Amino acid sequence: MALPLEGSQALARTVALCRPQVVSAYPITPQTHIVEGIARLVADGQLECEMVSVESEHSAASVALGAAAAGSRAYTASASQGILLMSEVLFDIAGMRVPLVMTCANRAVSAPLSIWNDHQDAMAVRDAGWIQLYCASNQEAVDTTVQAFRIAEHCSLPVMVCVDGFTLTHTLEPLELPDQAQVDDYLPAYRFAHGLDPDAPRSLGTLVTPEHFTEARLGHHAALQRALGAIEAADADWAAVSGRGCGGLLEVRGDPQARTGILVMGSVLGTLEDAMDADPRGRRVRFLKLRSFRPFPAEALRRACQGLDTLIVLDRALSPGSGGIVGPEVKAALMDMTDPPRVHNLAAGLGGRDLPLDLYGRLLEAVEGAEAPLPFTLIDADPLLLPEADRPGAPLPEEAP
Amino acid sequence: MSAEEAHPHLETLRGHQPRFRGLEAGHRACQGCGEALAARLVTEAAGPDVMVANATGCLEVFTTPWPQSAWRLPWIHSVFGNAAAVAAGMEAALKQQGRRTRVLAFAGDGGTFDIGFQALSGMMERGHDVLFVCFDNEAYMNTGVQRSGSTPHAAMTNTSPPGTARMGKRHMKKDILAIIAAHRIPYAATASVAYPSDLRKKVRRAMDTGGPVFLQVHSPCPLGWGHDSDLTVQVARLAVQTGLFPLVEMERGELIGTLPIREVRPVADYLRLQQRFRHLFAGDFRAEKELEHLQAIADRNIERFELRGTGKERYDTEGADTVHRGGDRWA
Repeated sequence: MALPLEGSQALARTVALCRPQVVSAYPITPQTHIVEGIARLVADGQLECEMVSVESEHSAASVALGAAAAGSRAYTASASQGILLMSEVLFDIAGMRVPLVMTCANRAVSAPLSIWNDHQDAMAVRDAGWIQLYCASNQEAVDTTVQAFRIAEHCSLPVMVCVDGFTLTHTLEPLELPDQAQVDDYLPAYRFAHGLDPDAPRSLGTLVTPEHFTEARLGHHAALQRALGAIEAADADWAAVSGRGCGGLLEVRGDPQARTGILVMGSVLGTLEDAMDADPRGRRVRFLKLRSFRPFPAEALRRACQGLDTLIVLDRALSPGSGGIVGPEVKAALMDMTDPPRVHNLAAGLGGRDLPLDLYGRLLEAVEGAEAPLPFTLIDADPLLLPEADRPGAPLPEEAP
Repeated sequence: MSAEEAHPHLETLRGHQPRFRGLEAGHRACQGCGEALAARLVTEAAGPDVMVANATGCLEVFTTPWPQSAWRLPWIHSVFGNAAAVAAGMEAALKQQGRRTRVLAFAGDGGTFDIGFQALSGMMERGHDVLFVCFDNEAYMNTGVQRSGSTPHAAMTNTSPPGTARMGKRHMKKDILAIIAAHRIPYAATASVAYPSDLRKKVRRAMDTGGPVFLQVHSPCPLGWGHDSDLTVQVARLAVQTGLFPLVEMERGELIGTLPIREVRPVADYLRLQQRFRHLFAGDFRAEKELEHLQAIADRNIERFELRGTGKERYDTEGADTVHRGGDRWA
């Protein structure tokens, strides 16, 4: 039965259903409601776990790491500056192949300060070696969170569940929560094969010389590639248990026969789908919902792009001096196709700028009739709001004498 | 001739060591490393049912060149600044699992006074049952001897070199114990590798007390301090005897005990053995002033902690390291 729940409250209750033994977090908007919800469940005796409210995100990640290494299921959540502050530890967790789950309530990164949604935070730790799964809806966030524990512990890799800040975390809607028996059946007891144990002492996180470092990295890379199968299997198994799948690695939606595609990650998909249904010109597109950004499902992406003439990749983050982040990765993956679509990389909705229904039409009109890939564009930016000297194409200032 | 042929009793002797060795011989520390000695003493006293979270630093590097490890304990190194937080996570996990295994956090002075300080303060404030041991060698030794918050005033390091405009480190050694004391944790103490019985006693007292407990172990670094590697214990002893490194114990932030100094030595006796203080013996006005300054610091410590003592403290094993061994349940 669907319950009216705020995204964060649903996530808090879902995390509790996964029976974490240690939860550690530091408050940051828009993640706060999740950990507040977990704290309330602990306070009410509904969740038996050690709730460690730390003094920084660096310590939040470190406590989760220590707990998981010592044999407990661990969870943390953060966003934005918090993700960056813990980034050193995130690389370390992944490099040691410690399984734990984190919710990233996606938010822009300062400066200028913005508490609102885009994907810059998760993109900044793209190469940390975590699995990154993006959720298109709160229902997916709930279901992906359960799956994340299974995937993490199966693959010995940490999983970041990326949930759009505010757009999802603070939105109240009817949601199906799994029941405890379903989750218990689906999630085996926590096990970390390389954990700390006085009866079998092991050294974790040792110094590795150039003689061995490359192989350690290769092993990590191979583990993430193997995770592609585990992500698909976890989703299929969860669909069998709960009746709800999340689209595996990448899901094709909209009109599968359309010659134009739009690839997105996260909750903007719902807006674009609604816009397509209401489009006065009746334009239909093939939506590619990229769920697994790491590992990157290049093979599945190529399959999903068969028959496309045009693909618009909508980024929700920016690599200043280069352009989009997802866009170039998609282009690189499609290089191996015999008849790849023309890829246009656009971005919108940085720092919480509204993604209205007319975005759909604006995306399609921006690429209409384009014979070559357009240069990367922030489609909802107004350059005229900038001082003249800061606008694209402005000349370099004279050097000081 | 093999080592065993040359020393037929070596293996037998080692096999009969009554103590648990958490840190085995055969690691790659420098000759005379105070930190290696301290870590061995601490892990011996703490016993086998522990887990260690180790900050980045020499101790991590010289004990675990993969695929080798000198640890007989479950041991994890994460990053430089988070030993206390990783230890807190381990403790939370063990508590949830209902296990009695104890958690130790190891860090150098950088991982304690400076980059690891916030995590340490948070761990103590939250009351985790963790023994945090700071192996204090008074500079960033692993990166090649740069000044830290623990480097003594006027000491030479590679980022506080003496020159025409400077006399080594301009600032004072941070009084970390006072900051720890302000957390009102159940037990905190300083110890020295020159007083192994005292050090072991403090580790055991810390383990028995439980809760967040803190131990600062003065651990000379022959390479960084510039003294002969066979002088490690002597140098460490002089630090105590001059009053520059007082050995004290605190409960809930209150002083409960000190190791008295029977014969107080002038700081010059300590400083003269170390190249890091060589510029203080140039004989010029600036050097004289700095020597006076350091003597005043030592005098102030002696006065503040009332260190001047006449009686024989039972853990003061000076000149007779074996006297108490086997005769005292702590030793």
